[in-house]
Amino acid sequence: MNQQAQLLTRPSHRSFFSYLFTALFLLTLVDSWQRTGIDLRVFFEAKGRDALWKFLTGMFPPDLSWNFLSLMLRPTLETIQISFWGTVIAVMIGFPLGLLGTNTLIVRGILNEAELQGAPVRRGLRYLVYVLARGILSLFRCIPEFVWAFMFVRAVGLGPFPGVLAIGVAYGGMLGKVYSEIFEGVNYRPLEALQSIGANKLQIFFYGWFPQALPNFVSYTLYRWECAVRASAILGLVGAGGLGQQIEISMRMFNFNEVLTILIILFLMVAGVDYLSAKVRALL
Amino acid sequence: MNETPVIKTCDTIPLAKERFGARSTFKNWLILAFFVGFLTWSYRGAGIHLSQLFSLDSFEQILIYINKLFPPDFSAVVIQEALKGAIETFAISFMGTLMAVVIALSIVFFASRNLIYSGLLYEMEPQQGWKRAARILPYLVAKSLLNILRTIPEMVWALIFVFLVGLGPFPGVLALGVHTGGVLGKLFGEVLENVDNQPIESLQATGANRLQILFYGIVPQVLPHFISYTLYRWEVNIRVAAVLGLVGAGGLGQRIHIAISLFLENQLLTLIIAIYLLVTLVDYLSAYLRRKVI
Repeated sequence: MNQQAQLLTRPSHRSFFSYLFTALFLLTLVDSWQRTGIDLRVFFEAKGRDALWKFLTGMFPPDLSWNFLSLMLRPTLETIQISFWGTVIAVMIGFPLGLLGTNTLIVRGILNEAELQGAPVRRGLRYLVYVLARGILSLFRCIPEFVWAFMFVRAVGLGPFPGVLAIGVAYGGMLGKVYSEIFEGVNYRPLEALQSIGANKLQIFFYGWFPQALPNFVSYTLYRWECAVRASAILGLVGAGGLGQQIEISMRMFNFNEVLTILIILFLMVAGVDYLSAKVRALL
Repeated sequence: MNETPVIKTCDTIPLAKERFGARSTFKNWLILAFFVGFLTWSYRGAGIHLSQLFSLDSFEQILIYINKLFPPDFSAVVIQEALKGAIETFAISFMGTLMAVVIALSIVFFASRNLIYSGLLYEMEPQQGWKRAARILPYLVAKSLLNILRTIPEMVWALIFVFLVGLGPFPGVLALGVHTGGVLGKLFGEVLENVDNQPIESLQATGANRLQILFYGIVPQVLPHFISYTLYRWEVNIRVAAVLGLVGAGGLGQRIHIAISLFLENQLLTLIIAIYLLVTLVDYLSAYLRRKVI
């Protein structure tokens, strides 16, 4: 048993890497622990215990009065609307940029083989477009949607509109990247077959490329929509409309029963959207 | 298992006609009408002014804003502050992910059906009512606990913990740990429920007890997946940790909040560059570890 166990967990050959890794890991752990000021005793001291108690008892029972619920209806709908239009704008940004950022569509691959051979300038130009599209997508993606929302609140004012723009831009970057990956992952045999019967580029794209990519497109876009619902529900924390704004207000006023109600609404909403998107996906 | 499920092979995709031809045209139109209706309803509800967005005026506004961002402020003080924020953000994501693993591991073994009450491990056990119930109960509790942790977004957890323990990076760690604990618990649970049964059966045949089966038959199988998922969530968490500060939970986000609120656009750009570098660094680190460890 002992020998077998050793074989299974293979602790035998410790390399230099594992020692280095362990040392670095411990170092990071200690440093991070100090830096983040972790102090779990907080919850057991009188002050922390009081706060926790106040929070937990304050949450129950959730505020289910008609007055409050009817007040929450609009922000809830607004959240869905923000997520929906945010995703639409994300597709509008992500699709063209994703196309331009697809290596096999713009620079390499069978579509361009014949055309770009012995034309280094055109090839260079095409490559430039490709790099530029990739760069823009990466820029959109790397700035978190919260920071986008914050900046758009500055630019266009409070309300749901900056939320829409923030989701549109940040998710546009993500969608564009995934779209180009889907495009690069298509099966090339149909494309070659189309080319060999003399189809032009546009025809190859619409009859060979697009139909292959479409199901993955739709399913990934739907997945992003689900994420957008969650995101738009909390973007309000920085003033971009939706339920988030209400959560912050209730939190600030220490109305924890309202917080619980909003969390329940959030849960139901997310579950509903997941269900809906699963239904749509099944249709495909 | 550890690849993202986005890109499937395209060999088996049915023709468009096969997929859509079966449905009546009327139904297609109905779906389209519903979609367009939803679109317009949302357009009005979300207060979108695309005309405003695409007008020359707002284009000018955006250009002015971009102009203000440049050049990034690379003075020593700002760089130092950005560096401090970046290290703090890294620390938050690191500790948060670690805490999440602890939470997930302490819950997940109760939350996977095949470990706690059904499947191969229990097929020899007579189906006694109360004994089975005593095993199903912790399963349900664990499962719903994970659901609650997962459903509440990190930002809301952060708000709650800022109230409970005060401002600073600590509530950020707690928020990440608790939310990600729920997510990892779910992912780990799925891995546990999908283990290969053959090693378990052979261990059972040699007379191993349940604990031995767990450690010699199940853990070695699931460990690479666990590590892979943890690294993946760490990549997610570094992005979240960068913005948690917007609700007062430390890191780069706090500095971004200050920079935006005080109209210090040049500093904002420096901080955004810091986020970009940090996120890229963590992505590489995680990819490296994944190759090395698994």
